[in-house]
Amino acid sequence: MIRFSHVHKTFARTGAALQDVSFQVNKGEFVFITGPSGAGKSTILKLCFFEEQPSKGEVKVYGTSSSAFRPTDIPKLRRRLGVVFQDFRLLEDRNVEANVAFALEVTGTPPSQVSPRVARLLTQVGLASKSTALPRELSGGEQQRVAIARALANDPVALIADEPTGNLDERATRGIFQLFRDINASGTAVMMATHDLDLVRRAGCRTIEVNRGQVVFDSASDGGFRPSGEVLAVEDEA
Amino acid sequence: MRLAIREALLAFRRAPMLSALSVTTIAFSLFAFGLFGLVALNIRNALQRVEDRVEIRAFIADGTGSEATAAAVGDISAFPEAASVRLVSQDQALQRARRELGEFSDVFEEGILPASIEVQLKPGFRDPGTVKAVAKRIEVYDFIDDIRFGEEWVEKLHRLRNIATLAGLALGLTFAIVAIIIIGSTIRMAVLARSREIAIMRLVGATNGFIRAPFLIEGFLKGTLGGVMALVLAWVALTVINRFVVQAEFFEAWMGAVGVLAGACIGLAGSALSVGRHLGRV
Repeated sequence: MIRFSHVHKTFARTGAALQDVSFQVNKGEFVFITGPSGAGKSTILKLCFFEEQPSKGEVKVYGTSSSAFRPTDIPKLRRRLGVVFQDFRLLEDRNVEANVAFALEVTGTPPSQVSPRVARLLTQVGLASKSTALPRELSGGEQQRVAIARALANDPVALIADEPTGNLDERATRGIFQLFRDINASGTAVMMATHDLDLVRRAGCRTIEVNRGQVVFDSASDGGFRPSGEVLAVEDEA
Repeated sequence: MRLAIREALLAFRRAPMLSALSVTTIAFSLFAFGLFGLVALNIRNALQRVEDRVEIRAFIADGTGSEATAAAVGDISAFPEAASVRLVSQDQALQRARRELGEFSDVFEEGILPASIEVQLKPGFRDPGTVKAVAKRIEVYDFIDDIRFGEEWVEKLHRLRNIATLAGLALGLTFAIVAIIIIGSTIRMAVLARSREIAIMRLVGATNGFIRAPFLIEGFLKGTLGGVMALVLAWVALTVINRFVVQAEFFEAWMGAVGVLAGACIGLAGSALSVGRHLGRV
């Protein structure tokens, strides 16, 4: 479903961000992308929702290939994906309900279906009681839940999260991660970039580690051992 | 479409200051252009009135038969340049002179003024070259004693008209460009203020057409409101000028409508360009 084949990405100003990256994420899988800051995690995710295109190689996401796509394919693809960021990216002048409804309205959902779907989504993320609150009236964890509800609005087949817990305390992090696990359990694939190794160890999910733009470890092919011999995946404690 | 209209209207409510600033900037830019338009319009009308007085007078020799002059009037009336051709008899010429000179009316004796053929020309045929050419064609009648058309005056008027037209075009173009740049920048500012919204719309899979629509409607509305406001400002300015300075004319209804439409088009085009550039960049 998401396949990177010998992907290189070079930026004009900063040079090579990714070099010969290849991996595949299957339907319903939960995958962590880890690595230090500047390793290329965000670039990998941006390539997934076609915010960037590879300089070389091919990214194929649910049938849309970076080698042969039309500009009109991108909105269609993005409706099948949900994207979540560290900084939430909510519309500050709209309440929780309107932020989630926005994603449905701009993708042409019939007006009569918007309200019930928003209510269902807010219940799913545990924010039904805060539907009329403005983002600034919510905690970081709650704001991220709104962002997740918005990402889930169009029933995505995959959720792409770039450091979603980066701005949260440990308790909020656990809550958000549990929410991702629940979403994944219902069949949605999750690709989550993080440098929170504790979280990764506890989760016991597939992990792809990148460093200096290269995949240095993939638990799907390398087993549970990193090149250094450190055991990465242990029993899930979450 | 309903959502696009709603989003466009909500943009006014969400950012009332910025929207008011946009509309006011558009209004004042168009008002400056409108004021210039009023000046140009009034100069043109004044020149037009002077130009309407351009005429050729062909004086008829004494003793010319009425059939010959009537035939000549008929011929001249058929000239494509001629708007009206009138035969002024000696008596009529005397009466007119007496009327025009008032207290000096008794200096003229009967039969002192010659009869004449007076030819007025259609608009577009009042330049010195055409006037001269028509005069030459009238001069060929052997009963014409003298022919006058104020050659020097016609040339001066023509020069003045050309200068006014050129200055009008250059100034008008400059004003229009300045208005477009100011309006474009204002709309760009409004688009940039909502760049976060645009980024989120793209992220959740909105098409570029869908993203553009509310901005185009917003630009159109702002341009129209700015145009109407500029028209009202121009009317107020003209009322003040009429009362305290000089009597001047206002735009005709169609000119006002064109002004408002121009505002709407600039608003629409400014938005289309700004959003297009933004969509191409993000």
